[in-house]
Amino acid sequence: MADHLQLSSVLKTYETIIQPGRSERHYWRDLWRNRELMWILAMRDVSVRYKQTALGTAWGLIRPLSTMLVMVLVFQKIAKLPGDPGVPYPLMILGGITIWTFFSTAFTQISSSVTMNANLVTKVYFPRLIMPISAVAVSFVDFLVSLGLFILLAIYYQFLPDWHLLLLPFFILMAILAAFAFGLFFATINVRFRDVGQLIPFLMQIGFYACPIAYTSRTVANEWWYPIYILNPMVGIIDGFRWSLLGEQSFFNPQSLVASVVIISVCLVLSLYFFRKRESTFVDDI
Amino acid sequence: MSVITVENISKQYIIDHKKGKGGTTLRDVLTNNIQSIFGGRKQQQELTHEEFWALRDVNFSIEQGDRVGIVGHNGAGKSTMLKILSKIIEPTTGTVKIKGRVASLLEVGTGFHPELTGRENIFLNGALLGMTRSEIKRQFDEIVAFAGVEKFLDTPVKRYSSGMYVRLGFAISAHLDPEIMIVDEVLAVGDAEFQKKSIGKMRDNSASGRTIIFVSHNLTAVQALCNKTLYFEKGMLIEQGETNEVIASYLSKVSRTQLVRQWDTPQEAPGNDLVRFRRVELIPDYPEDTTHIDVRTPMKLRFEFWNMMDHANLNLSMHLNSLTGECIFNVGTRSQPYGKGLIAGECTIPGYFLNDGSYTVSVMIVKDTVTPLFVMDDGLTFDVEDYRAGIAWYGKWPGYVRPQFPFEMEMMEPVIS
Repeated sequence: MADHLQLSSVLKTYETIIQPGRSERHYWRDLWRNRELMWILAMRDVSVRYKQTALGTAWGLIRPLSTMLVMVLVFQKIAKLPGDPGVPYPLMILGGITIWTFFSTAFTQISSSVTMNANLVTKVYFPRLIMPISAVAVSFVDFLVSLGLFILLAIYYQFLPDWHLLLLPFFILMAILAAFAFGLFFATINVRFRDVGQLIPFLMQIGFYACPIAYTSRTVANEWWYPIYILNPMVGIIDGFRWSLLGEQSFFNPQSLVASVVIISVCLVLSLYFFRKRESTFVDDI
Repeated sequence: MSVITVENISKQYIIDHKKGKGGTTLRDVLTNNIQSIFGGRKQQQELTHEEFWALRDVNFSIEQGDRVGIVGHNGAGKSTMLKILSKIIEPTTGTVKIKGRVASLLEVGTGFHPELTGRENIFLNGALLGMTRSEIKRQFDEIVAFAGVEKFLDTPVKRYSSGMYVRLGFAISAHLDPEIMIVDEVLAVGDAEFQKKSIGKMRDNSASGRTIIFVSHNLTAVQALCNKTLYFEKGMLIEQGETNEVIASYLSKVSRTQLVRQWDTPQEAPGNDLVRFRRVELIPDYPEDTTHIDVRTPMKLRFEFWNMMDHANLNLSMHLNSLTGECIFNVGTRSQPYGKGLIAGECTIPGYFLNDGSYTVSVMIVKDTVTPLFVMDDGLTFDVEDYRAGIAWYGKWPGYVRPQFPFEMEMMEPVIS
């Protein structure tokens, strides 16, 4: 009898109504309820990433380190680009690589998150936003490794951070939001048009040069096209990230951050709306 | 109390037929639109839309504790219905009301990642099916024991045998604790013993108030598990009610007696470059004053085929199957050498052998007693009607065969009063 009472109370709590076009009223609550699933999917991606590799997690270290060395060689030694005065060139570059790689891998993973999980989309229901959210985990782990490398290098150069460091989480958050703002849109498009898979590596390659990674924005700050340059939302984030790690000596124009915040907010709202709108048709198109 | 109410559910798909290349790429969409911008001819005449209703106006309700089977042909809409109930597909019209938590098993081991170990996959799959971490932890040992994979817990599942993989997948789902369980065909895999164990586990679940919805081609499994059955055809729910009644009417509708099949041109005939059927025929030897096949009727099954090989040792092998797909028996001719030409084989089935029911015949042409050259599945389908004389009992006669073996009684020791 007690069992029965308990059952009917459960039945009352979980009442579902399925109707065409009915945007799930409890979507965000469902998303929260499924946080364990989100975590487990994230752990799956992290754990699968380095299986059957000889060097394993060492790859997380090798990639940023070797990229940095090559770029120091090419841009500082060969092209002789000026850095920020008072900042060791390798530190400046590694700061840029760290945040840019985080953004670009998060963006790429988000874009392919739905199609990569096609087998789940056709067989189980869960709020589809779980896929892009859990997809960020892998890039975040790599980011932490890269940040650790930065700290070691900073110790080597005896570079002490100051109060600017307190703003670091803000810039990291902005990078994540930027990855979602653009990634969710491509993730949705990708379900119908697999062209996205071809487009993204290309976009990222352009982005690498369009952003102040291998150079500092100081170099271009006096060009007439600088106001257009800072419309790239990643400029403010990369400069800000470096500024919070390296202090005032690093170039940072707060105006570029305003552009970032405005553009990212608008894109995020639009992408999220688009994703939610198309979410129920993923299974038909995938 | 009804836990699921389905009202006027329909699902429509629009299929784009494109002449030439298939698949959608951005290019197709872009070129179509760009051409129209520049005043070019729009390629619209090449695009035709076809509306397809996977489900049409389906209404039913399910009471708490019911075990409901869904039967129907491929493409009848069974899976679409399940996916709508599981919230995977959104219906085009209609409303579904569900009270209680739903767990859907549309495949065994959903989301299993081959690189992950059995242990990791239990947590992954459990979470996908809606279990919390603590629920999984609590039942972990039981799941592992049910699947019998204790020794391989830390082995990646890509190294599992397919049997182990299926057992682990099913074991996890069998330990779900939802109010409503939706199961699609998953029992079609795994060995017979494990299937029995799984059906037993599902019955136990429903005994404690769970509601189960079960789709399967295996009518025996539906009969064993379900008390109610829904019968779908061409996207419509055409019958619902007690399992035995619905299945009987399903069988009567799907079975059609087909006594002769003949192919006039070799292009249409089933076969290949080596052998090709010309005619398959069932010849009943009706007893006086009967015109349909019943349990008394002896019959001949005749197969004619062309042999295009100069010299080959050939034999015919015939399977007689029940409509649920179980093989009742398999007989073969002797293997003999044949040259090019038309060959016929004939098998005699005596009267008083097959029980009443629907049967299908598959036939295989075999070379050198080991190499099947061609298999014709469901070559013939026929019904055997019931006949009994001098018996006042009209229940369903059990079994696939109804032989009249010598079975005599005699009075051994009369008691003299």
